[in-house]
Amino acid sequence: MASSDPAPAPSANRDNRLLLLRPEDNVVCVCANLAAGDTVSIDDGEITVPEDAAVGFKLARYDLAPGDKVLKYGAPIGSVTQPIAKGAVVHTHNLKSDYLPTYTLTGDTRFIEATP
Amino acid sequence: MITGYPRADGRKGIRNVILVAYLVECAHHVAREIVWPYRDQEVQLIGFPGCFPNAYAAKMMQRLTTHPNVGGVLLLSLGCEGFDKYSLRKTIKDSGRPVETLVIQASGGTRKTMEAGRAWVERTRALLDEQERVPMDLDELVVGTICGGSDGTSGLTANPAIGRAFDLMTARDMACIFEETGELIGCEQHMATRAATPDLAREIVASVAKAAKYYAVLGHGSFAPGNADGGLTTLEEKSAGAYAKSGASEIVGLIKPGDIPPSGGLYLLDVVPDGEVRFGFPNISDNAEIAELIACGSHIILFATGRGSVVGSAISPVIKVCANPVTYRKLEEDMDVDAGAILEGRRTLDQVGQEIFDLTQTVANGTATKSEALGHAEFILTYKSFEPIGPSCLPRAS
Repeated sequence: MASSDPAPAPSANRDNRLLLLRPEDNVVCVCANLAAGDTVSIDDGEITVPEDAAVGFKLARYDLAPGDKVLKYGAPIGSVTQPIAKGAVVHTHNLKSDYLPTYTLTGDTRFIEATP
Repeated sequence: MITGYPRADGRKGIRNVILVAYLVECAHHVAREIVWPYRDQEVQLIGFPGCFPNAYAAKMMQRLTTHPNVGGVLLLSLGCEGFDKYSLRKTIKDSGRPVETLVIQASGGTRKTMEAGRAWVERTRALLDEQERVPMDLDELVVGTICGGSDGTSGLTANPAIGRAFDLMTARDMACIFEETGELIGCEQHMATRAATPDLAREIVASVAKAAKYYAVLGHGSFAPGNADGGLTTLEEKSAGAYAKSGASEIVGLIKPGDIPPSGGLYLLDVVPDGEVRFGFPNISDNAEIAELIACGSHIILFATGRGSVVGSAISPVIKVCANPVTYRKLEEDMDVDAGAILEGRRTLDQVGQEIFDLTQTVANGTATKSEALGHAEFILTYKSFEPIGPSCLPRAS
């Protein structure tokens, strides 16, 4: 794929390793693998990423509190269960579905319910 | 302009497949052995494993064996199973296709049935290879879409790019089908605003409510561990991303497995069974949904994947649209479209949508997809039960 293909920056966020899908969202999407300690820009602020975040994961755009709805695509995708600092990864450890529980695999071979 | 094989029912096929279909698991081995020497000559295996009859499975097998991409069918029966092989054979025969039934118990057992089956396949292949393609209009093409092995990038790149391709297709009056009401939980009110009529909107909302209830009883949504490994956290997050495959067109109908769209436009396929929860999970894996899209007449399947599914399908080619640029670099030989380029600023959504639209026509004209070239021809069919669709589901047809 030619890297010279004309394409606008994919992100409304000025750091194009992060993608803000809708202005009302309170998470940004990770577009390039990030390592703990990397510095990224969210809106106008510089943030040091506290943990590794792979492509496809989400970072908090603001500090979030338990009970807050997380918005992505402008749509609610679940409720916050633990305080989340701006820039931290938002995932099964701090966000739960408002519909059905999320199941993940651990090291053994059984399905277990993710503990939020 | 594309080309296809004309069929007696007026539809045209983009492939000329011979199906060998086992009618119970007990005939599976013999059917597979018949197919094996010809697997690179458009001879493919499908079947239903159950011994006990099921109206859904019977309808699926009727629609699949008379799909426009199918040129001829060999039915493999053990002899004592419950599947109605007589009416299936009649349906295929009435469609103008060559059909043969081999009953293992009446044909001298495994070896003799295999020999008879291979001889039939060779004769029929030679016959079908004489058929010529004829011009086919784009609006004769039916395209289905599914996502599988989704991750946090699926809803950012591959799914919305397929949505753009669907918008290009419906603008040309092609029929496009998206599905898995259980993976649209949370999107039902927005879908309702896109429905052609208020009554259809109510049917769509009800179909998602049915899916939510079904999954709640089972205690497990349509969410695999790999989805969370890829950054998806909740079912509704996965839904919002999956919904992007549908594009922005008006939704003109709600269909169920085996219902063929009566016109062009965008259709939602309700894959969740009706009535009390029976027979287990609605779709035990992606290929169960692909088989249902094909039973609705889909000539081609657009498959969005982030984690990296490698499957293809019997009957209809599968175009793999890879959402995640990291996955694409790992599995490039299996992927037809690099939608992850959008995340890296190398392509735009519109460019990838156009690429999918163009590739659909190339594949329709006979070019093999990656999964076809690698020999993928997966198929699975299990028990389900459905009521017919309601009178409001196809407002244009009435």
